Amino acid sequence: MEETEGGSGVELLDKLTILADAAKYDAACTSSGLDRSARPGGLGSTMAAGCCHTFSADGRCVTLLKVLMTNHCAYDCAYCVNRRSNDLPRAAFTPRELAELTIAFYRRNYIEGLFLSSAVWGGPDRTTEGMIETLRLLREGYGFAGYIHAKAIPGADPLLTRRLGLLADRLSVNIELPSEESLNRLCPDKGKGAILAPMAQIRDGIRESRGELAQYRHAPRFAPAGQSTQMVIGATPESDRHILTLAQALYDKYQLKRVFYSAYVPVSDSALLPARAEFKPPLLREHRLYQADWLLRFYHFRAEELLDDGAPNFDPRVDPKCSWALRHLDFFPVEVNRADYEELLRVPGIGVRSARRILTARRVGPLTFSGLKTLGVVLKRAQYFLTCSGKMLEGLRVNPDGVLRHLVALERPALAGHEPEQLSLFN
Amino acid sequence: MGWTQVSYLYDGSFAGFLTCVFDSYAHREEPMSFSTPEDGRLTLWPERRIGTDQAKARRVYQSLDKKLGAEGKRLAVQGFLTCLEEKELHLWRFLRLGYQLGPGFTRGLADERVAAVWKAVGHLTGEAHLLKGFTRFSEVDGVLVGEIEPKNRVLPLLRPHFCARYPGEDFVLHDRTHREVLLHRPGKWAIAPAEDFRPGAPGEAERQYRRLWRRFYDTIAIAERYNPRCRMTQMPKRYWGTMTEFQTEEPEERKELAP
Ligand code: SF4
Repeated sequence: MEETEGGSGVELLDKLTILADAAKYDAACTSSGLDRSARPGGLGSTMAAGCCHTFSADGRCVTLLKVLMTNHCAYDCAYCVNRRSNDLPRAAFTPRELAELTIAFYRRNYIEGLFLSSAVWGGPDRTTEGMIETLRLLREGYGFAGYIHAKAIPGADPLLTRRLGLLADRLSVNIELPSEESLNRLCPDKGKGAILAPMAQIRDGIRESRGELAQYRHAPRFAPAGQSTQMVIGATPESDRHILTLAQALYDKYQLKRVFYSAYVPVSDSALLPARAEFKPPLLREHRLYQADWLLRFYHFRAEELLDDGAPNFDPRVDPKCSWALRHLDFFPVEVNRADYEELLRVPGIGVRSARRILTARRVGPLTFSGLKTLGVVLKRAQYFLTCSGKMLEGLRVNPDGVLRHLVALERPALAGHEPEQLSLFN
Repeated sequence: MGWTQVSYLYDGSFAGFLTCVFDSYAHREEPMSFSTPEDGRLTLWPERRIGTDQAKARRVYQSLDKKLGAEGKRLAVQGFLTCLEEKELHLWRFLRLGYQLGPGFTRGLADERVAAVWKAVGHLTGEAHLLKGFTRFSEVDGVLVGEIEPKNRVLPLLRPHFCARYPGEDFVLHDRTHREVLLHRPGKWAIAPAEDFRPGAPGEAERQYRRLWRRFYDTIAIAERYNPRCRMTQMPKRYWGTMTEFQTEEPEERKELAP
């Protein structure tokens, strides 16, 4: 193993390569949830809507300079590339190097900010201190007002986590795996308690800070863009139902802004994990989980509506909303000119934007199917589930099997990006 | 409607277009086409040359708020920045409908006249949103210089964003398509025509940061998830030409900045 410490040895280009490579499996890369402009003499702003600066060759949005402070790790989590027992080049940024790089990238509009995480080296406290020093340099030294997402390190002194949260916009603690059992098996050094404790601390810190801000405008802001987490999907045997129920509980109990799902990419030959040779990252499954997560957050669905013991996993062929609709045909058809917002949102193919447009446009007069098209509502899926003034779309024949077949056919091109082998995993 | 059908020849400016609107109402004329001297188009209708008149333009502009409502005004103003084919004609019909129906007419999304402008403005704001991310700057002699090739005239929409992002910087953003630049110095900005824009050559520090960025870009993709189609949908190829991560290393380095 190549050993390098601090600023010595490895060139900046090599360090960046090693420490970006080590961070790339983390799915979170958003900069959303906060509007802020630069302070006088400062640099940078944030946009509530978030902003993708590029898309990598795997089609993922790149918003932040996502790197580890160091990939030297004292722990040995089986599913992680950076585990102690893995033989790979190691490096560490100095706080100054990383702050300068962030500013240089930010000024060129390559990025919206920094996503700083770290392997655990020299203990959780020392690790967190290095991160704090980087963020302090950025905020105080450079007057940087761009976005910062920092990973809280489980086991760190709560006072240090607090300082981290006062410098960052978003904090996250990764739940890592979808169950305690898997966690104990694969990350013997981390317990569920070590993960949930900082999560609760961050939740309370955010709540407190909001309360103080309501009273004094200049109260310190603690993680103003909220908290998120991520878990690895497909390394362990949990069902979609288990995962989605967990996500829902995290939203409910810890007021998380986002839960990210990361399809396991085989990085280890451990007998505890799926064998590397045949394993393909379950990308389609990850995609369905994101769709379902979206339904939880914006469409007022509950996990238990989407999956149950009879069907604990998503149908790979159609999206979760279509599959819900097909199991609840009694809910349909929905009448375009009378349905309320919530009902419209349950129609496959109708999103938040289409539902809002329908509500707006029908105040002027009753809508027809051709009117819906002019509005920009895509009818390919929705047509089976709608009536306009009591009438179905003319010439449309509906029986449940036919609808399923049609919806599956519509999805096929969209699924082409996912390896077709994927489908057989779930059948 | 019994108005005379005509064709307007005007200077292509927004004030010029508003003058056309004023004159069309004053003379009860219905424009069937608009052209500018550069188009040199022939027309089927009697052609009227409209000289831009700031006073008339201002009167029309000031009527927009009251007659069309805030949303109608926004669509009319931003509609003029779009690359919609025959945008003046669409906008004239849109305004006419607004003058007839009053504020709230923009809700009639099922009306072709409203939908066309909505769609074009959606395309404009969508493109501006993407370019907030896809624009790249280089540092040349202490000034940040960026270039884009948008379909719509996005500079007025990008202006507040980049001014808020770089309040203390001198920067220039060049729109190659419409030959315009956004210029910024701390506390001041301007959007101006630029016929012959040539950024200076990058220095060694600049080239080093480009290398670092390309390396980062190449490193963060996960090979097992390779998905070029998805990347292309999210980030159409037409934007790649001005993005640092898709340019090759020096010595071609200078070419990427050539117009
Ligand atoms: S502590 Fe973090 S970096 Fe270290 S092995 Fe575990 S997951 Fe990987």
